[in-house]
Amino acid sequence: MNRIVEYTCIVCPAGCLLRAEVEGDRFVKVDGAGCQRGVEYAKQEFSDPRRMVFTVVRVRNGELPTVSVKTSKPIPKSNVSNLMRMLASIELEAPVEIGEVVMRNAYGAEVIATRRVSRREPGKTCETLVSNPFKQ
Amino acid sequence: MVEKEYDVIVIGGGPAGLSAATKAVENGLKTLLLENREMLGGIPFQCVHTGFGIHCFKEDLTGCEFITRLIDRAVEKGVESMVKTHVLNIQVHSALEKTVYAASPKGFLKIRAEAIVYAAGARERHQYEVGLTGDRPDGVYTAGEAQALMDVYGVMPGRRIVILGSGDVGLIMARRLAMEKAEVKAVIEILPYPGGLTRNIVQCLNDFNIPLYLSHMVSGVRGSGRVEKVIVTRVGEDMKPVDGSEFELECDTVIVSAGLKPDIDILEKTGVETDPATGGPIVNEFYETSVPLVFAVGNALVVNDLVDYNVEQGEAAATHASKLLEDYVSPRVEWKRVERGRNLRLIVPQLVSGDRDVVFYSRVQHPEDNVQLAIRETGYGKRFPRVKPAEMIRIRIPAEELAKAHRGKITFEVVR
Repeated sequence: MNRIVEYTCIVCPAGCLLRAEVEGDRFVKVDGAGCQRGVEYAKQEFSDPRRMVFTVVRVRNGELPTVSVKTSKPIPKSNVSNLMRMLASIELEAPVEIGEVVMRNAYGAEVIATRRVSRREPGKTCETLVSNPFKQ
Repeated sequence: MVEKEYDVIVIGGGPAGLSAATKAVENGLKTLLLENREMLGGIPFQCVHTGFGIHCFKEDLTGCEFITRLIDRAVEKGVESMVKTHVLNIQVHSALEKTVYAASPKGFLKIRAEAIVYAAGARERHQYEVGLTGDRPDGVYTAGEAQALMDVYGVMPGRRIVILGSGDVGLIMARRLAMEKAEVKAVIEILPYPGGLTRNIVQCLNDFNIPLYLSHMVSGVRGSGRVEKVIVTRVGEDMKPVDGSEFELECDTVIVSAGLKPDIDILEKTGVETDPATGGPIVNEFYETSVPLVFAVGNALVVNDLVDYNVEQGEAAATHASKLLEDYVSPRVEWKRVERGRNLRLIVPQLVSGDRDVVFYSRVQHPEDNVQLAIRETGYGKRFPRVKPAEMIRIRIPAEELAKAHRGKITFEVVR
């Protein structure tokens, strides 16, 4: 007995309404996708839904107290909450470079820094991004 | 008092300002970039999610990654910049002589320049602009404040959250807070349809089982010291509250996500003409305001949907500024006024010459299917399968087409 599962595609802003026909746990076909990426999304969402994770991680001795991070690729949706908990428990030491791997083996992905956090020098405020022409 | 002299001063270190300053330096202008926050980067600096730079870099980057590229490029080109520097006033002496007064950690600054690029961005509509009344406890933030608290300074704004406004910013904040294990009680939208993209309803609300109340408003905030609850009321078709429909939601935090407004307080003091449709200044095809060699770009000109547009506007203004500065004579241009016809809420630039191609940024008043964006005077038209207020239309019109319109005006309209 085939049944229809509806998804809204999240690949691009168009947000196509996808109607996937499935038989038990077998994917049969999908209607409504404006492009091939939508077809792939419906298949993936039915068999193994995945999400990218974006958050911040604590940084010690940095010019800012956080560094933003992302997963290198989408991870299983059911693991997102666990990964968030793991990331909430760690603290990095500044400096952190953009692109630096913050955590390996995060449910099949790596967690990567998406911001640069320089080390805080005592008595100096956040000015490393800046060349100050008024410095005398 | 420290005094300096530049060709161009760029006010605002977000995407538009960084792009303008970089381009100005590339064009050989002595340029200074001023930013009032403690770091360069503007809005994207505090956006940890993706959706940035799809046109610019052909990649889907997070806001932080995107802005780091722009900052690095500016530093590489040798852009001089200052942070924590608040521009207090712009004095216009003549077309080529301006003085910018600013307060900075180095003291009070007086900087002379020939041209100004105003890229100070937009500000968020706050609680009193959306009629949020009641007690005045702690715990009411705008979306941007809450985002900066969380994703720059590492402080959770609260634990039990109610969000006002279902635009993309409100939806993305709902997800971000839910990811951090806050309990997002509801997103409240006064209109009968959500403001944001359908995909954001799905991935930001449905994924986390966050209820969306359409045709509802927050009619009161309650709390002594800290927010304790909000009163939510259904609104009828007339947008008025329906008697007896009130219910309470317990929460400790209210986040107002009610859109942006060009922040032009400083610019307005120079006497620029403004456009009530955009809330920003009126500019010509060079992005020059009614004050000669004072340019306006980015969200200070018009609230853009895509950061790529801010970059494009910044670069264009710097390029025009350097051409105009080469051998400046007050140009004698017969500007044609760009007018808004049927179903057009706003359009920039507002003045064109017909001498060159112009990229227009526009927004419709209400959604429509299968329509044309047309120029009344010339018969030009471009077909769109669907237009909606939340999605800005970017369109390049060739010089020949603009030149065809006589009698000093060009009317854009949405027709079937």
